[in-house]
Amino acid sequence: MKMDKKMVVSSSPHIRTTESVQSVMTDVLIALFPVALMAVLLFGYKALVTMAISIATTMLVEALWLRKRDVFSDGSAAVTGLLFAMVLPPAPPWWLVVVGAASAIIIGKQVFGGIGYNIFNPALVGRAIVVMSWGGHLVGRIWSAPQPFIFGADISAVTTATPLAGHEEALAVSLTQLFIGNTAGCLGETSALALLIGGIWLFYKGHIDWRIPGGYIGTVFVMGILFGGGFYDNHLLTGLFYVMAGGVMLGAIFMATDMVTSPITHKGKLIFGIGCGLITMLIRIWGTMPEGVTFAILIMNAITPIIDRFTVPQQFGGG
Amino acid sequence: MSNTVFKGGVHPDYHKEMTDSMAVTEMKVPERVIIPLQQHIGAPCEPLEAIVVGVPVKKGQKIGESSGFVSAPIHASISGIVTAIGPYSHPLGRPVQAITIESDGEDLWDDQVKPAGELEKLKPEEIRKIVREAGIVGLGGATFPAHVKLSPPADKKIDIVIINGAECEPYLTADHRVMLEKPEEIVFGLKVMIKALGAEKGVIGIEDNKDDAIRVMEQIISEEENISVIRLHTKYPQGAEKMLIQVATGRKVPAGGLPLDIGVVNHNVGTAVAITNALREGKPLIERVLTVTGAGVNRPANLLVRVGTLVSEVLESCGGLKDTTQKLIIGGPMMGLAQPSPDVPVIKGTSGILALTDQDVYLAESSPCIRCAKCVDACPVQLLPTAIAQAAEHELFKQAEKLHAADCFECGCCSYVCPSKILLTQWIRIAKAEIIKAKKR
Repeated sequence: MKMDKKMVVSSSPHIRTTESVQSVMTDVLIALFPVALMAVLLFGYKALVTMAISIATTMLVEALWLRKRDVFSDGSAAVTGLLFAMVLPPAPPWWLVVVGAASAIIIGKQVFGGIGYNIFNPALVGRAIVVMSWGGHLVGRIWSAPQPFIFGADISAVTTATPLAGHEEALAVSLTQLFIGNTAGCLGETSALALLIGGIWLFYKGHIDWRIPGGYIGTVFVMGILFGGGFYDNHLLTGLFYVMAGGVMLGAIFMATDMVTSPITHKGKLIFGIGCGLITMLIRIWGTMPEGVTFAILIMNAITPIIDRFTVPQQFGGG
Repeated sequence: MSNTVFKGGVHPDYHKEMTDSMAVTEMKVPERVIIPLQQHIGAPCEPLEAIVVGVPVKKGQKIGESSGFVSAPIHASISGIVTAIGPYSHPLGRPVQAITIESDGEDLWDDQVKPAGELEKLKPEEIRKIVREAGIVGLGGATFPAHVKLSPPADKKIDIVIINGAECEPYLTADHRVMLEKPEEIVFGLKVMIKALGAEKGVIGIEDNKDDAIRVMEQIISEEENISVIRLHTKYPQGAEKMLIQVATGRKVPAGGLPLDIGVVNHNVGTAVAITNALREGKPLIERVLTVTGAGVNRPANLLVRVGTLVSEVLESCGGLKDTTQKLIIGGPMMGLAQPSPDVPVIKGTSGILALTDQDVYLAESSPCIRCAKCVDACPVQLLPTAIAQAAEHELFKQAEKLHAADCFECGCCSYVCPSKILLTQWIRIAKAEIIKAKKR
């Protein structure tokens, strides 16, 4: 026995969880798998191409920016890439995907100091930039209709509007369709079912707190009932329509819950979620732009530090 | 009886199976002991006037004393000759004055060591004196002098005494074994405390991963009217005073306050046994049960060890350390203290000796905080660890104070859960030290 050997000395605790930033990001990618799979099932190979371009761009741009050889690294760039693809139409021009994905990494993340320091959700920064710049590709009757289970489908042939465009479009789809995802929309937003599966996985792994998606979806539901225009005789169904149509589920489960850009306090998370829901519905019902979810989350991202500051919890036995 | 859970906490790998079925064995009496004069929170002891190099001492003889109230005297743990008095390395870090005794091989008790008499006839004041004279401190690791906790101010009425058998630290099984092997002594110790405090009832809290201990304790208290056993949900840090009291009584220790503010006093199971030994046999606290464990130890064990035995000798009696050992910890892996070398004595608060190997010693570099808030969820006192750590990193200690850094009791849950491997607990310790420094100025 070597008793003269110098031991490692450090401050307690001496054991750590095996979880790492990379494992957390990998879990997010796993959570997005059913969503991505559904996108490919609905929109065919073009969906796969869009996702591949986006992920390749974010990983390469980040590796170049940080001069790292390990392109996957902590996995956060891949998450941003996949999330950015999820908020694009199924078959946008390749250059739009590249520019948006690169902007997400550079303007959305690296100029603020990289992982952990960005204020805004990078994928949504990318989305906001391409919507502002090339709206013709992202707004209006540009949406490819899904062609389920036809992998080689030329989905650009038939275009339509999303269910959120107006009363007529809303009634053109059934709630079951919205739940399964067989409707026009962004790659990752159409299937409430796939999003729920991903959300349950993230919740099970402890990476999201119920307060953000709960506050967000709950607020959209209630406002949909109260001010949604009553597409259905049963107002509860109108509320449900607002939850499942468009990007609310994707935003509530995967975007608003982005750890870096949402509050760390419990109360703050609930406020954040409710705020996202309120702004989304304000834009949807009374706004002129269709970008409810994107801007709701970006605006709430901006006030996250203030929310944290005013929601410091009472410590044990305090008060 | 099952109970609610406290907020926060973590579920680390417990590794208790390494030693939890091993009965406590008595380590052979060492040739030499080095007994530090500070083994408790409070005023350090001075060697007694008669204790100088060359004098013979007997086992159980008082050798160090302090005039401070918050203090506990020190006793010889073997019989022999005092061979040195001077600073020696100490598990808490800085060298401390210590008395070295070389054994005479006789291991004879001092003639002052004798039973104190029937509990029924003892007055609370006499109990406190016996406990103090026996040098008993909290054996859970905090080493707060036990008699002080039995002497609440006149305006504080204590109604509940809690015995802490949670043993929530991973790896450690000493308390578990004590509960299995000395249940009657624990209950008697509890009765002594109840009498000294004029309390109404006693509660023994045990985590539900020690089912056999729960059954043994329930059995032994079945005839007692005012004592109950509480089955605690296994979650670290269930054994922390505040968490245990909340779950066992529903009362919350106020921030910055003490359990006695809410009528509760809380002692470790080992402390209860020590009090029993002091009353029944007059034995001062000169030995304790500790767990020697971890992947780096050749023969893990639960041992009864004399205070002042060198950790290196304890390890040798367990077959020594494996070459893969990287870290040597006194205490458990969550709150224990890493030692540069095993050349330190076992003290009253040494609940375990843990040797971690290459695989266990995780030295990843920290990456930036991704604000996942897992530390916020894990903090049992509802702090924002990452926010305090960031304040500390930027030397914004006023900000850290506003975020209640002083309420942190350093359980380590935040550092444990952090995926970015940030040394949150360490940063908060720095903040706490600076806050205290600023107050003193």
